[in-house]
Amino acid sequence: MTQSTGRRGAGFWLLAAFFALFVIFLYGPMLVIFILSFQGPTGGLTFPLRGVSTHWFGDLWSSTRYGDLGGAFRRSLMLGAMSLLITAAVCLFAGLAFRRRFWGAGPLFYLAITSLVVPGILLGLGISQLFQLMGFRLQWWLSGLGAHLSWTLPFGLLIMFAVLNRFDGSWEEAARDAGASPWQVLRLVTVPILFPGLIAVALFGFTLSYDEMPRSLLTVGGRNTLPIEISNMTTNVTTPALYAIGTVTSVISFTVIAAAFVAIAIIQKRRARAKRGA
Amino acid sequence: MSRSSGRTPVLTPYLQVAPLALIMLAMVGIPIVTVVLLSFWQSDGIAIYPEFTWDNYRLVLTSPVTLTLFLATLKYAAITLVATVLIGFTCSYFLVFHVRNLKWQIGLFLLCTIPFWTSNVIRMVSWIPFLGREGVFNQALMAAGLIDRPLDILLYSDFAVVLTYIHLFTLFMIVPVFNSMAKINPSLIEAARDAGASGWQILWTVIVPLSRTGIALGSIFVVTLVMGDFFVVRVMSGGQSASVVSAMKNQIDQLFYPEASAMAVLLIVVVLMMVSAILRIVDIRSELAR
Repeated sequence: MTQSTGRRGAGFWLLAAFFALFVIFLYGPMLVIFILSFQGPTGGLTFPLRGVSTHWFGDLWSSTRYGDLGGAFRRSLMLGAMSLLITAAVCLFAGLAFRRRFWGAGPLFYLAITSLVVPGILLGLGISQLFQLMGFRLQWWLSGLGAHLSWTLPFGLLIMFAVLNRFDGSWEEAARDAGASPWQVLRLVTVPILFPGLIAVALFGFTLSYDEMPRSLLTVGGRNTLPIEISNMTTNVTTPALYAIGTVTSVISFTVIAAAFVAIAIIQKRRARAKRGA
Repeated sequence: MSRSSGRTPVLTPYLQVAPLALIMLAMVGIPIVTVVLLSFWQSDGIAIYPEFTWDNYRLVLTSPVTLTLFLATLKYAAITLVATVLIGFTCSYFLVFHVRNLKWQIGLFLLCTIPFWTSNVIRMVSWIPFLGREGVFNQALMAAGLIDRPLDILLYSDFAVVLTYIHLFTLFMIVPVFNSMAKINPSLIEAARDAGASGWQILWTVIVPLSRTGIALGSIFVVTLVMGDFFVVRVMSGGQSASVVSAMKNQIDQLFYPEASAMAVLLIVVVLMMVSAILRIVDIRSELAR
């Protein structure tokens, strides 16, 4: 490109400053609550810091004021894990199916998109009333999981479309010509090639479920998930314990995101090396 | 594709897509039908009776509160939309046309999207120490000598609600706008420049029109997210403001399910009308196929 040879003008620096401000806007408040979660025992919800301690983290687990945080945390992790596995598996096969024409492909796609744009609480109302009309009890691992899947699967499907866009079907063709069974093609060719994309789908499956609140609210039954407990805390809790739980749950989110990125990067580096070596 | 259809059985795609179709039907399709059905049923505040009635709609449509709620929600959506389009477009423009190193471009783009995978509740909560009476903003303004008493309108106000919306939803604008901008062929801009177009002319006559798919997709996301919210408006306005869904949530809490459902159906109709209006301006499907 010829423009890259030119010197960077005032426009560049103005836009760069705007972008930097946006990034600060995006992350700044989060950093502040991470810092404030280490308030001393007498500290409040705002600056100044009255000492530095892990008092409020301990308070989260020892105090009974915050309801069943431990149980909610376990349930959210379980839901995230289930939703990760189901989203990756279901979206892999659905993505493969959408490469060909089949009856009902259009309506199914629009149903998935509908699930993204419909207010979450409305879907929660529908699911909870449907369960009750049919005489089923609301359970976090059934109606709750279903509500989470209504959120994770459409995103997973869209990611899968993007991944399959760059997938060359002739590799599968070659494997079939060499005598591979459909199962062998899937296990030895399709899945290994698509694996980085599947990690991305799994990342959506876990994190979107782990942080989901509006769809869970009416569908988990008597046992709350962590985001519901935290949103209850926003109105009841006026101590830095609120920030402490925010720090804990954000650390988990960031760890999962980082693990996914690192895994994808390692696979791609290995592939690049293999390509150079060949 | 014809090349594979000769080998694999016709049934294969149906088996492959069956799990998705079943879950989507059970957890999206049928629940939406349930809400629509429920909106025609009777209730006395304790139990629900499956008997047809227009009462829920009559109640919702004749109540003056409904119009106020919809106008308030539309106002939030409009302000948030304008802000997210401006911010999203500017950031994407910077990333696509000014960051020339591909690694940096992808890295900075990911930086904008990472908060999507973290908790919205926590991101909302994180504005409280900023905006409160003794919050960071007020302390900074007072230290700078700009004000001598802390501002009360920062937290628990419409300002806080809209600020939080912009904070939460701008990335839904950046991702599609970035994608459609990245597809613009640089030689088009080159050609416009050779033809004597100024920087602003290139922006208005080349880049903005070619980014319209992304802007439209992002707008659909932002509008539906704002219109579907009940939590931000409740917490960040300190209970002083309401939106359609937060009023619906109150009805649900009082077990007025049929009324809440009628409200929900009305909301879906309004949202669908807005989405189809956006789609009428920009034909997303034909643009995506390009």
